[in-house]
Amino acid sequence: MIAALVFIPALAGLAAFFLRPPAVRRGLLVGTALAHSILVVWAWAHRPVLAPDAWWGLDAAGLLFLSITSLLFLIAAVYGWGFLQQEAKPSPASLKEDFLFTNAPEAVFIGCLLLFLSAMTLVTVCRHLGLLWVAIEATTLASARLIYFHRHPRSLEATWKYLLVCSVGLALALLGNFFLGVAALTAGPERHSVGLEITPLLSHAASLQIPWLKASFILILVGYGTKMGLAPMHTWLPDAHSESPSLVSALLSGAVLNCAFLGVLRFYQICVAAGQAAFAQDLLVLLGIVSMGVAAVFILGQTDYKRLLAYSSVEHMGILALGVGLGGIGTYGSVFHALNHSLAKGMLFLVAGNFLTVYHSKNIPQVRGVIRRLPLSGWLWVAGFLALTGTPPFGPFFSEFTILRAAFEQRREGVAILYLSLLALIFIGMATAFLRMAQRAPDSDPQAGIERLPWCRQYPPALLGTLVLALGVYLPASLRSFLHEVAALLGGA
Amino acid sequence: MNIELLLVLIVLTNLRLLASGRLGAAIRTVALQGVLLAALPLMAHEPGHFWRAGALALGTMALKGIVFPWLLFRALREADVEREVNPYVGYFTSLLAGVLGLAVALRLSARLPGLPTTASPLLVPVAVFSILAGLLLIVGRRRAVSQVLGFLVLENGVYTFGVGVMREVSLLVEVAVLLDVLVAVFVMGIALFHINREFDHIDADRLSSLKD
Amino acid sequence: MEAALDPIVRWMPPVLALGLSPLMLGIIHRTKALFGGRRGAPLFQVYYDLWKLVHKGAVYSRTTSWLFRAGPIIGLAAVLLCLFVVPMGGVPAPVAFTGDLILLVGLLGLMRFVTVLAALDTGSSFEGMGASREVQFAALAEPALLLILAGLARLTHHLSLSEIFDGLTAAHWSQLGPALALMMIALMVVVLAENCRIPVDDPATHLELTMIHEVMVLDHGGPDFAFIQYGAALKLWVLGILSVNLLLPAFPVNPWLGLLAGLGGLFGVAVLVGVVESTMARLRMLVVPQLLIGAGALAAVALIFLLK
Repeated sequence: MIAALVFIPALAGLAAFFLRPPAVRRGLLVGTALAHSILVVWAWAHRPVLAPDAWWGLDAAGLLFLSITSLLFLIAAVYGWGFLQQEAKPSPASLKEDFLFTNAPEAVFIGCLLLFLSAMTLVTVCRHLGLLWVAIEATTLASARLIYFHRHPRSLEATWKYLLVCSVGLALALLGNFFLGVAALTAGPERHSVGLEITPLLSHAASLQIPWLKASFILILVGYGTKMGLAPMHTWLPDAHSESPSLVSALLSGAVLNCAFLGVLRFYQICVAAGQAAFAQDLLVLLGIVSMGVAAVFILGQTDYKRLLAYSSVEHMGILALGVGLGGIGTYGSVFHALNHSLAKGMLFLVAGNFLTVYHSKNIPQVRGVIRRLPLSGWLWVAGFLALTGTPPFGPFFSEFTILRAAFEQRREGVAILYLSLLALIFIGMATAFLRMAQRAPDSDPQAGIERLPWCRQYPPALLGTLVLALGVYLPASLRSFLHEVAALLGGA
Repeated sequence: MNIELLLVLIVLTNLRLLASGRLGAAIRTVALQGVLLAALPLMAHEPGHFWRAGALALGTMALKGIVFPWLLFRALREADVEREVNPYVGYFTSLLAGVLGLAVALRLSARLPGLPTTASPLLVPVAVFSILAGLLLIVGRRRAVSQVLGFLVLENGVYTFGVGVMREVSLLVEVAVLLDVLVAVFVMGIALFHINREFDHIDADRLSSLKD
Repeated sequence: MEAALDPIVRWMPPVLALGLSPLMLGIIHRTKALFGGRRGAPLFQVYYDLWKLVHKGAVYSRTTSWLFRAGPIIGLAAVLLCLFVVPMGGVPAPVAFTGDLILLVGLLGLMRFVTVLAALDTGSSFEGMGASREVQFAALAEPALLLILAGLARLTHHLSLSEIFDGLTAAHWSQLGPALALMMIALMVVVLAENCRIPVDDPATHLELTMIHEVMVLDHGGPDFAFIQYGAALKLWVLGILSVNLLLPAFPVNPWLGLLAGLGGLFGVAVLVGVVESTMARLRMLVVPQLLIGAGALAAVALIFLLK
C-alpha cells in the first residue's frame, strides 16, 4: 500500500509528459490527487505495522505529514484546474506583471507536480535516512522545474538561487548522514555500522559515538534547515516562493518545508534517544529565534505580498523549531502548529494567486480594495492574516500558545519574552500590509465591479480556511491524542 | 604512501582553483581532481571487494573526468566567457584563506575521534578542506560557472569522506553521491543555458533584481 | 660525527664556495648557449671578467655619497658570512649555533638592503624603479624561504642548519615525500626569485624597462662591480646548496663523498637554472607576485602537513 502511495503519482507524472489533450492532463492531475488522498484515508483507518528493518514504513509522524501533504495537494490540484485553464488562454493583453513572457509547457508542469507529490510521499514514508536524503533531493529537483513556470528573468533568478543554495545545503546534509554512519560504528574488533535505518539506530542509540553524533546533527540542521527555511540559510525562500505560480508556492510552503522539518525531526529523535537532547534543543531554540527575528525585520515594510507570505513561512518554521527545542508540551505545540500553518499558508497563497490574476501586480500599494473586488478571496485574505498571526479562535493561536506555555514551564522566560515581542512585531508588519490591501484606496474608482473567478479557484481556499477555523474551535479528541502520540515519538509530551 | 600522494595532489588542485580566475583551466583542474578521486577507492577499499571498488572508480572517472567537463565547457562556449572578472574575494585572499582552511580542517579533524581502519589519517582533513574550498569558491566568485565548480568541489569533499568510511558504511553511499552530483550538475547546466539565453550573461552577481 | 672530522674537511665547504661559485655562473651561460645553438663563452669566463674588473678604475658620480661605495662591500661581506653557516653534503658548517637559519635569511636580506640603498643613493628615478620592483618581489619571496626553513626545523626538531640537514635522512623522504616535494618546489622558486633569474627577472636583458636587478647595479663599475658579480655567484651557491642538501640526505659514510655529491648536485642546479632560462620567458610583472605567493602557499601547506 505504501508502494502504491509512492508509485501511483510517479507513474501518473511520467504519463503526463506524453498526454496531449489538456483536459485529460488536468483530469489526471486531479484524479491522481484524489486517489492519493483516498489511500491516505485508508492508511488512517488501517494503520500499517512498522517492520523493524524495512526501509519504509509509516509511523505517527510520517502519517501526520503525509496527510497534510495529501490534503494540500488535493486542494492545489483542484485549484490548479482553474489556474491552468486561465494560463492557457491567450489573453488579449498578454502583459502580466508589466512585461511579456511565455509559460513553460503545461505537460511539463503537471508531470513535475505529480513527481513532486511522489517525492514528498517518499520523504514521509522513509525509514532509512539515506533514502530520506535521496527523497528530499528529488523534491528539490522536481520543484526547480516548477518554479520556472512563468518564463521571465526574475523567476529564472529565483530558480538558480533555489538550486544552488538547496544543493549546497543537501550536500552538507549528506555529509551529516555519513557522520551518523560513522557514529553508529560498533565498538570491538569487528567494526561494522549499524546502518542508517531509523529503528535499529534508535535501539542502539546508547552506543553511538557522541562527537560524531553531535557533528552529524549540526550538519543536518544546517543542511535540512536550508531546505526548511531556517535563517540564516533561508535566502532562497523569499525569491522562490514569490516567483513561482501560486499553487506551487502553496505546496512549497505548506508541504516541502514540513518534509524538511521531518528530516530534522528524525535526527532529533536519534539524538534524544542517545541522551543528547539538551545539545540538540539549544541549537533548535537558537535557530528558531534567529529565524523569527530575521523574518520580523523583513516583514516590516515589505511591499510585495507574496514575499511577505514567504517571510511569514520563515517565521513559522522558526516557531516550529522553537517548539521542538523547548521540549515538553512544546513538541506537541510544534506538531499541531505544523498542521495549522500548512493549511493557513496554503489558503493564503492560493488567494494570492487569485489577486495576481485579477490585479496583474504583486505590489501591495497597487493591490487595494480586495474585499470589494473579490469578496470571498478578500475575506479569506483577512481571515488568513488573523490565523497566521495567532488570533483566536483560529488554530494557530492554540498551537502558538502551547509553545509559549512550554517556554514558561521550562523556566526560559527570556526565550518567552523574545518570542512574544517578535510575534508582536510580525503582527504589526503584517497588519499594515494585509489591512491596507483589504481596504479600498481613497482615490480608487468606487464603481469597479466584482470579479468573477471560477468556483475551483475560490472554494478550495475557502475549505482550507474553514479547516483552520475548525481546528481552533474544536479539536477532535482522536486528533489530539494522535498529535500527542507524534510528540511522544519525538521525546516530548 | 601512495594514497598520501593522491591526497596532497587533491589539496594542490583545490589551491589552484582558489588562486586563479581562468575558467577553462579551472574546469580542467576540477576534471583532474575527479580523476584523482576516482583512484581513491582503489587504494582505500577493504581487501576482497576489488571489483566493487573498481566499478566505482570507473564510474567516477567517466562522470567527473568526462561528462562534467564536457557539460561545463559547452556552457562556457554558449556564454562565450573565458575569465572570472572582479571576484568578491580576490585571488590572493582566496589562496591565503585556502591555506588557513587547510589548517582549520586539520584542527577540526583532530577533534573527531579517528577511524582506525581509515586508509590514511589525512583523508578526513582533506575531505573537510575540499568542502571549505568549495564553499569559498561558491561565495567568492561572480560567474555562475564558478559557482557550479564550487559545488562540484564540495561534493568531491563529501565523496572523499565517503571513501574513507567506505569499509564501514555501505558502498551505496558513494553511488548516492555520484547520482546526486550527476543530476544536480545536469539540472544546473540546463539552468545555465536558460540564464545565458535569457540574460545574455552568466554573472550570478548580476542576478540581483530580487531583493528587499 | 663533527668531532671525528678533521679540520680540513670542515673548512672545505666555504673554500669550495669561494673557489667554484663563479664556475656556476659559467655553467649557466654555457647551458644557455648550447640551447641557443652557439658554442658560448669559456666556462671560466667569469673568472677572467672578475680579474679584469678588479684591475679597472671606477668612476663615481658627484651625487653619490659613502653609501654608494659601501654598498657592494657590505653586500659581499654579508654573503661571505653566510658561507660559514651553510653545511654541504653532510659536512657541517664551520660555525653552527641555534638559530643560524634566521641569521642566514637576515644576511641575505642585508645584502639586498645595502644594494637597494646604494641604488637609491644615486638619486636617479630609474634606480628607484628597479629598487621598488626588487623589494616587492623580495617581500614575497622571503616569507616563502622562512616557511621552508621553519618546516625543516619542525621536521628535524633542530634549529641550526647543520643539525637540520644532518638529521634529514632517506626515511624522511619515504615517509613524508609529498610534503618535502612541495618544499623542494617552493625552494626552487625562491632560488630563481632571489637570484633574479627567469621567470622573475631576465639577467641578460638590455631593455631598460624590463630590468629589475640590473637596474640597481648599472651604475657600479670596476672593483665595485666585481664585488657585486662575485656576491651574486656566492648567493646562487648558498641558495643552491640549500636545495641540494634538501634533496640529498646525509652521507654517513665518507665526508669527501658527500662533498663531491654536493658539488655534483650544485652543478645540476646550475644546469637546471640554465634550462629554465632557455625554455621559459620572463613572466609579466603582474603575474610574478602570484608565482611567489603560490610558492609561499606551497611552503605553508608543507609546513601544515608536517605540523600534523
